[in-house]
Amino acid sequence: MAVDQDLKIELGQQGVFVTTLQELYNWGRRSSIWPMQFGLACCAIEMIATTMARYDLARFGAEVFRPSPRQADLMIVSGTVTKKMAPQVVRLYNQMAEPRYVIAMGACAISGGPFKQGYNVLKGIDRYIPVDVHIPGCPPRPEALMQAFITLQKKIDEQQLTGENRPRFLNENAQGEFPVPEPAEHDLEPPSNPGVWNAPVVIR
Amino acid sequence: MKSVEEIKTAIEAAVPGAGVEFVSNPSPSAQHSLRLAPDRAVEIARFLRDDPELALDFCSNVTGIDWLDKEFSEKVKVKRTVTKTIDGVEQPVEETVEETRKRVEPGYLEAVYHLYSVAKGHGPVVIRMRTGNRSDRVELPSLTPIWRGAEFQEREVFDLYGIVFKGHPDLRRLLMWDGFKDHPMRKDYVEPDDYEYEPTPHDAVLKRAQAHKAMAGK
Repeated sequence: MAVDQDLKIELGQQGVFVTTLQELYNWGRRSSIWPMQFGLACCAIEMIATTMARYDLARFGAEVFRPSPRQADLMIVSGTVTKKMAPQVVRLYNQMAEPRYVIAMGACAISGGPFKQGYNVLKGIDRYIPVDVHIPGCPPRPEALMQAFITLQKKIDEQQLTGENRPRFLNENAQGEFPVPEPAEHDLEPPSNPGVWNAPVVIR
Repeated sequence: MKSVEEIKTAIEAAVPGAGVEFVSNPSPSAQHSLRLAPDRAVEIARFLRDDPELALDFCSNVTGIDWLDKEFSEKVKVKRTVTKTIDGVEQPVEETVEETRKRVEPGYLEAVYHLYSVAKGHGPVVIRMRTGNRSDRVELPSLTPIWRGAEFQEREVFDLYGIVFKGHPDLRRLLMWDGFKDHPMRKDYVEPDDYEYEPTPHDAVLKRAQAHKAMAGK
């Protein structure tokens, strides 16, 4: 399975390319992450700036923003997720085909941000869907979003195709659909998905 | 532009029997307002818009205010006849006793409109309306038929304060979803408890954090 790094470099110098199926597979996937084209608030402006000429997200193979969740690999939750919007975000995530990844971009998407104590803002999208990379910032600079892309690429690189720790899309027993919260009389019902998120416990 | 008092006089001349009340603002801004009786409000509003001198053709802002029940406690001196034993003989004696009396003034919801005139370049004129109480008499006439721009703002006031605007063309919630039952901007709104760790809790959040800490200990 594992190739000795020194041997690999040595062979490379001799013009022999050695790799594993897993490495090749992950390399292919990580180099063409197509994000879904949707923005929720001001973070979306930074996301747009990231894709434009100055920052050029195309260098990471992620310039193709798809307007349909069926064709997207990555959901960038860019901005404030209101409680009214949260069911739609979860539904869009459910409609994406595996393998799929989520970047929670900005203070609002990761925790509710400045609106955390308001009545209408979800305190972080990670309450309902599994988030791969959280980026803080209000809004994060394009460099931070690119850092998130690189982090995600590293994460994809390390994914095992077999064994216990294989990703969800290769595990036929893994749950692929995440319950969509219902807007109820006082709050979203349920207020969080306990399979994904539990309130942090602080030990001082 | 006419002063608020002059506008009040003009309204009373144009709409006989209009219950207009002058609400003074003692702050340095001195932005006084007019309180309209809800049953004549549409008529008065139409006058404010159509009067050639005022020509208040633009409603820039509609907002709500929640006034809670006010409780007053005042000390009153009351004369009372008390039976006392003086020199071994029981006899009635009149004496003055201080008594604390509590008085509750019922709360109400208020809608505030800020009117400008684009044609004349003046404003704002502030008008207010009050509901009967905060629970079952929360209806006010809608001024959307007079100023179309008030439509979404009245919907927002309906959503967040619970004022029902009669005569509104499309009175639905604007920000919260349709099944939502509360009115979040009311002062007695209790938000759902979806507490999580706060790095620097204070005030109400600190109280909630302590309550959760006590619950976690059990």
